[in-house]
Amino acid sequence: MNSKFSRIVVLIVLAAMLVAGCAPQATEVPSTVFKVAIVMPSSITDMAFSQSMYEGLKKVQAEMGGESAMEIAYSENMFKVPDAAAAIRDYASKGYNLVIAHGSQYGTSLQQIAPDFPKTAFAWGTSLDTFQAEGINNVFAYQAEAQEGGYVLGVVAAMMSKSNIIGETGPVDAGDAKLYIEGFQKGVLATKPDAQVSVTYTGSFSDVSLMATAAETHIAAGADMLTGSSQSVVGAIGICKDKGAFWFGTQWDQTSLAPEAVIASQVYDWTGIIKDMIASVKAGVMGGKGYTLTFKNGGLVIAYNPAITVPAEVKAAADAAIAAINDGAIAP
Amino acid sequence: MAELFTLPVLVGILYSGIRLATPYLFAAIGETFAQRSGVLNLGVEGIMLMGAFSGFYVGMKTGSPWLGLLAAAVVGILMGLLMSFISITMQAEQGISGIGLHLFGLGLSSLLFKTTMGGVESIEGFKAVRIPLLADIPYVGESLFNHNLLVYAAFLLVPLSTWVLNKTTLGLKIRAVGQNPQAADTLGVNVTRVRYFCVCLGGMLAGIAGASLSIALINLFQENMTNGMGFIAVALVYFGGWRPLGVMGGALLFSFVNAFQLWIQVKGINIPSDFAIMMPYVLTILALAFATKRAQGPAALSKPYERGEN
Repeated sequence: MNSKFSRIVVLIVLAAMLVAGCAPQATEVPSTVFKVAIVMPSSITDMAFSQSMYEGLKKVQAEMGGESAMEIAYSENMFKVPDAAAAIRDYASKGYNLVIAHGSQYGTSLQQIAPDFPKTAFAWGTSLDTFQAEGINNVFAYQAEAQEGGYVLGVVAAMMSKSNIIGETGPVDAGDAKLYIEGFQKGVLATKPDAQVSVTYTGSFSDVSLMATAAETHIAAGADMLTGSSQSVVGAIGICKDKGAFWFGTQWDQTSLAPEAVIASQVYDWTGIIKDMIASVKAGVMGGKGYTLTFKNGGLVIAYNPAITVPAEVKAAADAAIAAINDGAIAP
Repeated sequence: MAELFTLPVLVGILYSGIRLATPYLFAAIGETFAQRSGVLNLGVEGIMLMGAFSGFYVGMKTGSPWLGLLAAAVVGILMGLLMSFISITMQAEQGISGIGLHLFGLGLSSLLFKTTMGGVESIEGFKAVRIPLLADIPYVGESLFNHNLLVYAAFLLVPLSTWVLNKTTLGLKIRAVGQNPQAADTLGVNVTRVRYFCVCLGGMLAGIAGASLSIALINLFQENMTNGMGFIAVALVYFGGWRPLGVMGGALLFSFVNAFQLWIQVKGINIPSDFAIMMPYVLTILALAFATKRAQGPAALSKPYERGEN
C-alpha cells in the first residue's frame, strides 16, 4: 500500500509540475525594472479578452525599452477564482509593482488581498469599482465600453445583411458580453427597425463546441450576419466560414481565423490605460482611478478585414455612428 | 411555443444534435470497453485534448486530415498505454491515476500548442460527404446523411462495438475479465493483456474523439477545447448501463436537448437563458433517476487484479 501511495504521489507531482511548467515563472531582476504581473481567466492566445490585454502590455513594454525597462509575468487559464487569488497574492509578495487581475470574477478576492500589500498597485476589470469607498487606495479599475463598438458593428451588419436576420451568441448574460451584445442589437435596430435579432448564450466562456452549434442554429434560422463574445467564439467563426455566413468580432481582431468570413472586429487597445497606470504608480499614486476604453480616447478601434469589400456608404455610416457616439448624440 | 415545432427547427435539431453527439460517442464507447474490462479511466478528457492537438497539428503540417486522424489515434493509444501501465501493471488507484492523466494531457497539449503554434489557427478538416439517395429522403435526409466521415464512423461504432462485446470470443474475454478476473485467469485468459488492449482501444477512441473536434467538426485547436466533454463521456457510460446502445441513447438525449435549448433562445421564447442552458443537464439527471431498469456495472470495475490474491 505504501509503495502504491508513493507511486500516486509521484504521478500527481509530475502532472502538477507539467501544468505549472506552462506558466512562466518570474525570475529575480534588479528593482529598477517596472514589474507587471497579470492573472487572466483564459490564455494569451485566446483571440479575445486575455490576448488583447497581453498584447497591450507587450506593446507598452516595447515602447518603454524592452525587458530591461519593464518585466511582464503572467498566469493564464485561471478560471478558478481561488487559484487566481493565490497567484495574485504570490505576485504581490514577490514585489511586483503592478498586479493586474484581468477578470470581473476576481474582484472580491482583490478587495481582500489589496489592503495587505499597500506598496503594490493592483488593477482589475471589467469594472469601475476601485474600492475607494471601502478605504482601499491601491486598486485601479478598467472597463471597455463594449457597447460602443457593438453599436457601430451592428450598423454595418444591418446594412450588409440580405436576409435581415442577425444572430448574436455570447457566454453569459452579464458583464462585457452583455454590454457588447446589447449595443450591437441597438445598432442593428437603429439602422433597420424591421430586422430580426436573435440572441443566444451558451453558459460557458470556453465551450467551443456549443458555441459552434449556436452559430449553426442561427444560420439555420436564416441569419447571414453573426457576432459573439468570449474566447469560445473561434468555434462559431469556423461554422460561419463553412456555411457562407459573415462574422463580426470583438475584443481582438479575429480576421486571421477566417479571412473570407470576418467583416470587421472591435479591437480593445489597452495601451493608453496601461501607460497611465504605470505613470501613476511611478508618481506614487497607487490606485483610485477608474478607466474606460472608448472610441473617444482611442481605446476602441474598428478593424476592417481588408479581404472583404465593405461598401463606402456602409463605412461612412459606421464613421458617422462613431462620431455621434463621441459627441454624445447616440448613447448605445 | 408553437413556432418551436416547425419543420426547419426539428430538422435543425436533428442535424446539430448528431454533430454534438459525435465526440461523446467516440469517447464514451472507448470508455465502455475499458470499464467492461474492469478499468475505470478518468483520464479520457486528457487523452481527448492530446488527440485534438496532435490531430490538428499533423493535419495542418501535412495538409491531410487522414494523417491527422492517424496521429490522434496513435497518441491516444500511447496515452492508453501510459494509463494501462500505471493502473494495471503498477496497480495504482485508478480514479487518481485517471485524474493525473487528465492533468498531464491538459498541461502537455497546452504546452505543445504554445511552443509549436502559439496562436489559434483554422484548417480544412474532413469535408461533409453527402450520401446519395439517402440524403434525398425528404426532410430528414440532409440532417442525417450530409456529415463528415467521422460522424458516420461514430454511429457505426455502436453496432460494431455491441457485436464485438456480445458476439465474439474477444467480447466474452473482456466481459469475463471485468466480471470475475480470477475465474477468467483460471480458464487461461490473460487478464493483463485483455485489460491493456481495452484501455488502449479506449485511448485510441478518446484520441479520435478529440480529433473529431479539431479536424472534422470545428477545425481548429484551442487550449482546453474539450471543456469537460471527457468527464461527461465517463458519466455517459454509467448512464448507458455499460452498453453501447445505451451510451448512444444518453449521448443523443444530451445533445438533442442542447440543440433544442439553443433553438428556444434563437426563437426568442421568453425564458431566461440560464434555464435553457441548464436543460440538458437537468433532463439527463432526471432520465437517470427515473430509468427503471438498474444496470449493474462490471463487478471488478476499478479493482486491480493480482494473481494469487483472494
